[in-house]
Formats: sequence, structure tokens, C-alpha cells
Amino acid sequence: MPVSPDADPATAAERIERRDHGPLVDTLLLIAGLLVLWQAGSMLLGHEALPPPAATVMKLAAILGDSDFPAHAWETARAFVTALVIALCSGLAIGLALGANRLSGEVAEPLLVALYAIPKITLYPVILLLFGLGISAKIAFGVIHGVIPVIVFTMNAVRNIRSVYFRAARTMRLSLLQTAFTIVIPAAMPEIISGFRVGFALTLLGTLIGEMFASQRGIGYMLVRAMETNDTLTVMALAFLLVVLATAASTALLALDRRLHKRAMPS
Amino acid sequence: MTRAGWIRLALIAGALALLEAACRFGFISRDAVIPPTVMVQGAWHALRSDETRGDLLLTLQTVALALVLSLVAGAAIGALLHQAPRLRRVLDPLLASYYAVPTFVFYPLFIVLFGLNRWPLVAIGFLFAVVAVAINTLDGLSRIPRAYLRTAAVMRLSPPQMLLHVILPAAAPWFFTGAKFAVAYSFIGVIAGEFVVSGAGVGHAIAFAYNSFDNRMMYGLIVLLFVVVGGINTVLWSWERRLYARLAGR
Repeated sequence: MPVSPDADPATAAERIERRDHGPLVDTLLLIAGLLVLWQAGSMLLGHEALPPPAATVMKLAAILGDSDFPAHAWETARAFVTALVIALCSGLAIGLALGANRLSGEVAEPLLVALYAIPKITLYPVILLLFGLGISAKIAFGVIHGVIPVIVFTMNAVRNIRSVYFRAARTMRLSLLQTAFTIVIPAAMPEIISGFRVGFALTLLGTLIGEMFASQRGIGYMLVRAMETNDTLTVMALAFLLVVLATAASTALLALDRRLHKRAMPS
Repeated sequence: MTRAGWIRLALIAGALALLEAACRFGFISRDAVIPPTVMVQGAWHALRSDETRGDLLLTLQTVALALVLSLVAGAAIGALLHQAPRLRRVLDPLLASYYAVPTFVFYPLFIVLFGLNRWPLVAIGFLFAVVAVAINTLDGLSRIPRAYLRTAAVMRLSPPQMLLHVILPAAAPWFFTGAKFAVAYSFIGVIAGEFVVSGAGVGHAIAFAYNSFDNRMMYGLIVLLFVVVGGINTVLWSWERRLYARLAGR
């Protein structure tokens, strides 16, 4: 595909300047811009419809201090972390296997793409019937959301590893596991992290949706309850909390992602 | 069909046969999963009822509206950010971690804003889809080879000519990729919204069937929905492949 080498219009001086204090200034500008938009929107639509930032943060502080909150947060955190670990480990294993064998990858790819694009929420009743009402259904739902991108990214990364690496592994008579851990995973690491990033976001989405339907505990349940009682302030406070946490995690993973990709470039 | 295609088909058929057998012989409780043949019967039964057809049509209309809005707005945002690199740099972290935020949490806000009708669902589908279109449009525009633009300048094309003959054809495959994601995402957004809090549409019908223990109806609707969404996605996917193949051959 044609990619122009000079796609980045920034000059050298600009790039140096950006490295010094650019990103921080940009981030502050972005946050300030969003806050101004939020405040303006709140004034325009009325405090009832869209609570302003200050009130939201105060409400969030009140929720965090509430005696009910730790139990809900713990439920969500437990479901999410378990789902994430399962999604990442099984996605990595399946992706490695599918990437290593050309034919099985070809067989699986369209199926994975189709699974990715269907509204998986409709499968939630099936999961509830299979796993019962409880934390395992939420975990399973988080896993089916998060595992697919991890598989797809890992599979493509393994496919793109240069064949000379595999020949070197064979020359050194590495076992299958040795090859996987010392050659395949390090070589595919940047892509795997990209997959983890997408998988992280989707697992969170799956877990929360799971809690919003047929659940009695967790942050998703708190959201739905606030929604039903028309308590926009609580909704905004919880939404704000989730946005901040998700964005922070995603930003950290993105930084790692970019560093690994940059390091992988010269080879 | 390729060898991989045949194997895939055999695999799916085998899995369905296994599920059928497991259900028929009682390895899986009928209360949880019904045999695939009964699911298909349920789908046929659902399709024949006016109510389900109405739900399906309503969902498709909502998705179409969200899709069109997100395509237009996404293309506009992509073009704007391409013109303003400073703004793009500021917004970059937002675009990169946008999909980490569960957009559904804003659903109640939209209910307050738009009222209890279809518009909150349109808004969710739109929000879910628009950024994918914007990112891909931006990608396509910044990947247009400089040589094309220089050639266009040498030929003294006017801006509208340049847009029509150079920029649009060169960026089209990327925009199409964005559109493909937008279709999938607007379906996901709208149906999830219907599922959690709404009184109509396929998502609601499935949740309703689940709550009233009507497994035949529930699985029938799921099958129906997957056939529709899967069909649309498959067509888009094969178009996209052809588009990129043409680009690579040029």
C-alpha cells in the first residue's frame, strides 16, 4: 500500500518542542476544553438534565464515601479482573495456535470477524441460562467481548513474524514451548499489547453491560438503578468515574504500545 | 470455494450437529439451550408475526439513522482534523482511548435530553460509530501519497476537481473500512440500548422473551438478528477486500 514517508507534517524543531512540553500542554488543553464544553452544555440544558462538573465531582466523592459503595466496586472489579485474565490468557493461547498454523488461521479468521461484529448483547440471555444469575455470567460475558480482539491481533502478529526466526529456532532445536516463549511472544509483543488494549476496553464494556441487565450488584447495577429513578447526578458521577478509570488505563497501555512499536521498528 | 472455506463450513455444520445431538439426548437442558432446528423454527415463527416484523423494521430504521448521521459527521470530523493538525494533536489521546469508555453509561442522559423515544438509541448508535468513521477518514486522508497531490497541482486541478478525481478515490478504501465498522457499531449500540432500557425493537423483544421464559421465541429472534447482521457484514467485508485488491493492483 502506498504510504508517503513524509506523512507527518511536523518539522524537526516542532518535534523537539513537542517532546519537551508539548504532550503535557496538549493534555491540559484537552481536559480544559472538555470541562468548558461540559459546563456550557450544563448551563444550556439545565442542571437537571446535565449536572455541571463541580456538582458531579462532589456527588462522586459522596458516592465513594458511601458505605454501600465498596461492595459494589469490589463486585465489578472482581468480575472485570477475572474476565480480563481469562480473556488475555486464552486469547493469547488461541491466537498463537491459529497464527502458527496457516490453514487453521484461514479457517478461523472470517468466523472471528463475524463474531466481533454481531451485537453480542443478544447472547446475554443465553449466558444467563448457562451460567445462572451471578458473577460467573458477568465474567463469561466480559470474556466473550474481550477475547476476540486478543485472538485476532495475536494471530496476525504471529503470521507476520519473519520465517528466518522460525528457522533459527529449528536450528537451535528449541521445543515448542521454548519457541513460543523465547521467540514468538517477544517478536509479536507490540501487536499483542495492541490486542490487549482493545481487549481491555471491550472486557470492561462486556462486564458493565452484564451488570446492567439482570444483576443485583456492581457499578453497572448502580447505574441502572439511578437511571430508573431518574437520578442524573448519580449517573453522571458514575459515568465520570468509569470514563476517568478507563481513559487512564487505556492511556497507560497506549504509551506502552507506542514504545514497543517504536522499539520494534529498526529490526 | 477454497479449502479453508470448505473446512470452515464443515466445522460449523459439525458444531451445529453436535449441539443438536446434545440437546436431543438431554446432555444440555432444554431450559438453557434448545436444538438448532427448533431455533430455526422459532425464527420462522417469529418472522411470520407482524409484531416481530415491526420490531425488526424499527431496529433497522434506528440503526440506519444512526449510521447515516455517523457517516456524515465522521467524514466531516475526519476532514476537519486533517485540515487542522494542531487540533488533531490535542484530540489524539481522546480518539485513541475513545472506545475504552463504555458509551452506554450516557444512555440515561440521552433519555433526559430526548425523552423516552427512539432518539436516545440513535444517539448511542451514533456515538458508538462516529469515531470509527472519523479515525479512518483521517487515516485515509493522511495516507494519500504526496505524488498524487503534486501531480494534481501540476495539472492545475481546481479544488473541486482535486476532491473528485484525486482525494476521494485515494481515500475511499479507508473511508469504507470506517463505514464497515460504523455498521457493526451502530447495530451493537442500538440493540444494546434496546436490550437494557427500551420498550420496543428487536433487543427489547429478546429481553422480553428471556424474562417470560419463551426460549423458542428468544432463540428464534437471536437467529434472525444474527442472520440479518451477519449477512450485511459479510457483504461489506467482501466488498472491502475487493476495494483493497484493486488498490494494490493499481
